[in-house]
Amino acid sequence: MAHPAQNGRTRTIQPLEDTPRRAAILKKLRSRPTVTGSAIALAVLMVLVLAAPYFAPQNPYDLANLNLLDGRLPPGATSMDGHVYLLGTDDQGRDMFSAILYGLRISLMVGLSAVALATAIGSMAGLVAAYVGGFVDTMLMRIVDFILGFPTILVALVLLAMMGRGVDKVILALVVVQWAHYARIMRGRALQERRKEYVEAAANLGFPAWRIMVFHLLPNCLGPVMVFATIQIATAIALEATLSFLGVGVPITEPSLGLLIANGFQYLLSGDYWISMFPGVALLLLILTINIVGDRLREALDPRRA
Amino acid sequence: MTPQDTPVIELRNVHKRFEQRPDLAQRLLALAGKPIDRRTVHAVNGVDLSIQRGEVLGLVGESGCGKSTLGRVVAGLHRQTEGELRYQGRPTEGLRGADLLAYTLGVQMIFQDPQASLNPRQRLRQILGEALKVHKLAPPAEIPARIDRALSEVGLDREYRDRFPHQISGGQRQRIGIARALMVSPKFLVCDEPVAALDVSIQAQVINLFMDLREQHGFTYLFISHDLGVVKHISDRVAIMYLGKIVERAPAAEIFARANHPYTQALLAEVPDVGRRGRQFTPIQGEIPSPLNPPPGCTFHPRCPHATARCREQAPELKEIAPGHWSACHLNP
Amino acid sequence: MNDTILQVRGLRTAFHTEAGAWPAVDGVDLTVRRGEILGLVGESGSGKSVTGFSLLGLIDPPGEVVSGEILFKGQDLRKLDEEGMRRLRGNRIAMIFQDPLMTLNPVLRIGEQMMEAILTHENVPAAQARERCREALAMVGIPAPEKRLDSYPHEFSGGMRQRVAIAIAMLNRPDLIICDEPTTALDVTIQGQILYRMQEICRKHDTALIWITHDLGVVAELADHVAVMYAGRIVEAGPVAQVLDAPRHPYTKGLLESMPANTAPGARLHQIDGMAPSLAGRPAGCAFRPRCPNAITRCAEQAPSAIQEGPRSFRCYAPIARETASA
Repeated sequence: MAHPAQNGRTRTIQPLEDTPRRAAILKKLRSRPTVTGSAIALAVLMVLVLAAPYFAPQNPYDLANLNLLDGRLPPGATSMDGHVYLLGTDDQGRDMFSAILYGLRISLMVGLSAVALATAIGSMAGLVAAYVGGFVDTMLMRIVDFILGFPTILVALVLLAMMGRGVDKVILALVVVQWAHYARIMRGRALQERRKEYVEAAANLGFPAWRIMVFHLLPNCLGPVMVFATIQIATAIALEATLSFLGVGVPITEPSLGLLIANGFQYLLSGDYWISMFPGVALLLLILTINIVGDRLREALDPRRA
Repeated sequence: MTPQDTPVIELRNVHKRFEQRPDLAQRLLALAGKPIDRRTVHAVNGVDLSIQRGEVLGLVGESGCGKSTLGRVVAGLHRQTEGELRYQGRPTEGLRGADLLAYTLGVQMIFQDPQASLNPRQRLRQILGEALKVHKLAPPAEIPARIDRALSEVGLDREYRDRFPHQISGGQRQRIGIARALMVSPKFLVCDEPVAALDVSIQAQVINLFMDLREQHGFTYLFISHDLGVVKHISDRVAIMYLGKIVERAPAAEIFARANHPYTQALLAEVPDVGRRGRQFTPIQGEIPSPLNPPPGCTFHPRCPHATARCREQAPELKEIAPGHWSACHLNP
Repeated sequence: MNDTILQVRGLRTAFHTEAGAWPAVDGVDLTVRRGEILGLVGESGSGKSVTGFSLLGLIDPPGEVVSGEILFKGQDLRKLDEEGMRRLRGNRIAMIFQDPLMTLNPVLRIGEQMMEAILTHENVPAAQARERCREALAMVGIPAPEKRLDSYPHEFSGGMRQRVAIAIAMLNRPDLIICDEPTTALDVTIQGQILYRMQEICRKHDTALIWITHDLGVVAELADHVAVMYAGRIVEAGPVAQVLDAPRHPYTKGLLESMPANTAPGARLHQIDGMAPSLAGRPAGCAFRPRCPNAITRCAEQAPSAIQEGPRSFRCYAPIARETASA
């Protein structure tokens, strides 16, 4: 049947250009300033952190660099050899700016590794519990309940007391206390998702259980886990800072932000605020930007928002 | 029975019960003396069915009747609690290895919700090609061609292969669900309300697709639906299900012309008919009972306009009241 | 005496994106008289639900009712402020939604919600309000209404919840009820019960009804008038018997022909090729043209305006001829 009106491409309608409330409605649709701002801030922080050795005027870990006579200099002061300490120095003559850069590095590394490991372990446990069900589910969840019953700091302190100080041990302690959260979240989501028909379809096509779990369930259950993980990066960093502040975290020679804050604590009342305050502000900025950008990242990961 | 006569699917006294297992708290209370309240849903309550090769059996019922559960038992997604399911003459219980795979792939299910039946994170070509890859049903080089062929067979352009499910319409998603089933060369399709979620004009397209595929491939269908109009159009035989039991079973034309069971009659009367104008509604009374608490005797008696004392006490059996026409009602002699 | 309850002229509702505002409802005219049932029929994306929401001012940004007149008993609803609309909603115009959980608050008892609906608009003693609620529940056929007033929504089945929603809608004896696919999610036998109640209520209280649905069967049995929507426009309207027996617009005819009930068993169903256009992808000219077997050149150039023929109207340059239509 020839349809003379149907040759070639169809022209589509033009949208309405202007309506009484269009301006007001668009204004609301457009505004998301905090996210772009945070993204830029985080990008800058990441660059600084990764390239710390090149940016930092001084390597704060190299004890040979430190000059005790330069200790407790206020921000902007000049050292004996002429370079400016942008943010002052701490009691051992360490350049605060460099120390903060290296400290950010440690904090970020600890936070990211701990969360990555905990997510991996916890997600697998939760996924298996949800899919297999029955006795396995009951056992795993009782273990999870058990772990979640203890205060996080307490467990971490005990573990670190047993293992000693060190960046890797801190990460291990964080993973041990954190994985249970992910397991529970993943299990809850997977229980919902497992009932969906595409999972039944996969079983109908004779796919083995591991394949259904990894390729079908897991990608669709990552959403809430990712949200939680991004928040947890900040929590992990704060937790590490707390542990270091309490003296059980990273060793003194590789100070993280927490340790720096701890070191400067005793000088706060004497007026040498910069030794504690600047690492504190840096920690705050790090956590804030990670949270906001993490939020945006989760939205971007959803394929529906193509 | 010759191989030709062997029904593709045969159900013998199949029951499916869902039991709510008592959790730890209830078990502890039981030790203390409080009896456990076991809640059982008797979703499929003694179904006998036999589906011949090439036929379309329409299964009709409303919510809670167990038709979806029955479909899943046939497809092997649920294990029956009691009774026997036979595929091509062999009981499915004892199947292992290659035979089990042949059954699993041989009976494919088409699902009701086009959105939930596709993995939202897989592109269409992955959805279609996965089974071929996992079971090595085709050499990897050949898979893209097979995918294109399946797409065109369900009426979709090959440019859709890289899309995600949320980028296509509901009707198209349903076609992909059908194409996915086709990829493993099934013999029997269980269609669980495949057009219920679609618009009327798209329904027609998909129903036509089902009929075309049947002609081309000789498929056998168990077509589950609540829409009597669709079932009447596509089925050879029809079975009516109510609260886990089949209450009437007959060839399609027969059941619509001479419905015997009061529930079938009520269903037929309630289906909106475009030909009827300005209708005076006089619907049947009562709610659909919950499968947790089925009424005693004939499960339909609380809503039946013709219920007698016997109906309240004794559950009727399916009896052949005319050639090929079975009905479970005490009103029949 | 003017018994026209609702007169809608040129209603246009659009959704804003960066690119522009796309009209979901593109120039809709409706008339509903007292006690009359109008079936508003369309498939997904036709704009029928948006029309219903627009009438009650329930369109939120990024949607906007751009232009048109909504005359309710002579008063233009678009010119009313929010307070004025609030006084009408649930009082003179009520709405029933597809999902009764949208109407019912899951944490409040039914009785509380129903009394709230009365007491918001009228100052009556609580006991009297409660009695009216009990009567309303009895009217929709809920057994033991006095006890049920103290139940929570989750204690009802789907069909019963919808009946409660109807009862709430009827509490203040509105002049018009807008029903947005209220029985789509319900079983056929339950749908029959609901339709029976609605029919009874409308006849008894002279309530006008706009029944939004995609089911032509329900419209045929229940409605007096029908309006068929496609891509935001009403392509055909008129008395039910006339439109369904002898459709003038090719889309209406296509819909009727593609129903299995209208085809011999086993025969191929007549199908309308293609898909309904998306909001931003509507063809210029007549939106149905790419799928229309009767299309001519003029259809691509300009959207047809409504042609009035007695009580019927349709938008088509090449309508189905009157002689063949009634064949």
